[in-house]
Amino acid sequence: MIGPTVTRPWFWAFAAAAVTFAATVALTGSQGGVELLMATLTFASFSVLVGLGQMAVITMGPGNVDLSIPAVMTLAGTLSLKLMNGAAGMEIWGLLAALAIGVAAGAGNYALIFLLRIPPIIATLSASFVFQSLAIWSNRGLRIKPPDSLAGFSTGASLGLPNLAWIALVAAMAFWLLIERSAYGRRLSAIGQNLRAARLAGIPVEGVRAGTYVLSAAMAALAGFLLSCFSGGAALNMGAEYLLMSIAVVVIGGSSIAGGNSNVPGIWGAAMFMFLIVSMLNSYGLGAGVRLVLTGVIIIGIVTAASGRRLPG
Amino acid sequence: MKGIDLRLALPVLSLAVLLGAVFWMQPRAMSYTGLNLLFNLAVPIALATIAQMLVIMVDDIDLSIGTYVSFCACVTATLLHDTPVVGILVLAAGVGVYAALGALIELQKLPAIVVTLGMSFVWGGLAVLLLPAPGGASPDWITTIMKARPPLMPMAIVACILLALASHLLVTRSAMGTLLRGVGGNARSVARAGWSVVRLRALAYGLAGVFGVLSGMALVGLATSADANIALRYTLLSIAGVILGGGEFTGGRVSPVGAVIGALTLTLAGSFLTFIRLSPDWQIGAQGVILILVLAARLLVRRRRTA
Repeated sequence: MIGPTVTRPWFWAFAAAAVTFAATVALTGSQGGVELLMATLTFASFSVLVGLGQMAVITMGPGNVDLSIPAVMTLAGTLSLKLMNGAAGMEIWGLLAALAIGVAAGAGNYALIFLLRIPPIIATLSASFVFQSLAIWSNRGLRIKPPDSLAGFSTGASLGLPNLAWIALVAAMAFWLLIERSAYGRRLSAIGQNLRAARLAGIPVEGVRAGTYVLSAAMAALAGFLLSCFSGGAALNMGAEYLLMSIAVVVIGGSSIAGGNSNVPGIWGAAMFMFLIVSMLNSYGLGAGVRLVLTGVIIIGIVTAASGRRLPG
Repeated sequence: MKGIDLRLALPVLSLAVLLGAVFWMQPRAMSYTGLNLLFNLAVPIALATIAQMLVIMVDDIDLSIGTYVSFCACVTATLLHDTPVVGILVLAAGVGVYAALGALIELQKLPAIVVTLGMSFVWGGLAVLLLPAPGGASPDWITTIMKARPPLMPMAIVACILLALASHLLVTRSAMGTLLRGVGGNARSVARAGWSVVRLRALAYGLAGVFGVLSGMALVGLATSADANIALRYTLLSIAGVILGGGEFTGGRVSPVGAVIGALTLTLAGSFLTFIRLSPDWQIGAQGVILILVLAARLLVRRRRTA
């Protein structure tokens, strides 16, 4: 019963990615195919990392969404680069600092939701303003380069795949285990399906919610850390596009926006699709305006098509 | 009735506290010109907030309102200025698209958050196509309205009062408004009572589209030109305004008067931070803190009510 309903949305995201890939390669020729695949895997990795965290949050049901992802990315990227200051031997401290910032930001988000009893949209939005200010204040226009080792690692490849793609693959597998096989995952889905029933069944609802917001922010921090190493420095607007992206990959990937049903493989399919659609429209030589319009139309088209299949009758 | 009063009390109070703080620090603001400067930008934000409120009222959320207002501003500054008939047709088509989206969301049971997210790309793209670089010009009649100096009160305040009254009549007093709030409260029971929820949701979205157009026009009237990113922050501002004004995300519980006051509070918070000469680094953060404080106050009020 669960099998077909879960695999179908999973399939659609990958099918869409494959079609756009084929359409792009048809134009650029097959020798461009490998390069395009590598670029896709690299850039999709960032969307996968933030998408996984957002997916866990959205799974908790209506109203749960993390709008602070871009701000957390920026803050973690900025502060960790500042701490490492380009020096060798500081890499692990930079990573730990980024993750600690993520955990603190997530805890802050949840504290607002829990203490003030406000909708998560507003809580994470207000908190993100504060995070953004912290990042602006600590950045102050100076541009610190990441340590060479990290810059090399984040742009390099091993065993034929970009290093970033390996990280995102491992993260996706960890999330799959967490959500499909662990007690936490069961509780998460139960909360999303019926909060009241979950509470009456004795699930520690608030603990799971707190953990999920912390998880989402930590994933955003990791993505921000890697992105700032990859692009040779942190920029104040570096997280901006990942707000829409994180929500889009969750939904195109086949997770239910109403909660209670998540889909890890779909995140990868959707993340690759979102990158490929832009590069396809680019290689067809379309201007920024047309590209944006088509991206929007295609997103709505896919969601409409997928929902038509998911809800027969 | 008491519940409604309390719901409104807090937005009014937070606006009053902020206004008091501004007057205390800058007594000269307590004048016709001062008030005009303080609330100048409130009109387009209030209109966008009402648009957002109409969508939240039917249990959805519109993540595209900022790009849509930008698009409407671009149309106003180019097509409506140069060839009014084409401009009016394009703006009407925009409202039509909004209504169609409402119908589509209901028919296919689509998540509004994703559809409007997709639409934010579409409106953004159309705005860039229309106006690749900032420019255009405001039609004279809009500038005349926006820069008018009515007796007694500045235009911004007159416009906000009119807006609050009109949307209150539309949403809270009219039969149509009651039905629309019913869709947010319990769509199934509205459908069982024989109404077409598809039509009602299309109506709510269409109305939101109309207020979005007005917001874009008002913005161009004040700014006298437009660019494709002119109103991007309105998406988040409008959501915050609705919530500050006592609205809730579910159940069709919204307050039009509160939403206008919420928008005014957010505008004033911006001016207030400029007045206390806060470093620009911290302006966004301070706005976040103000938002958090108001919501904390709301919690206290609610606790007292239930106690």
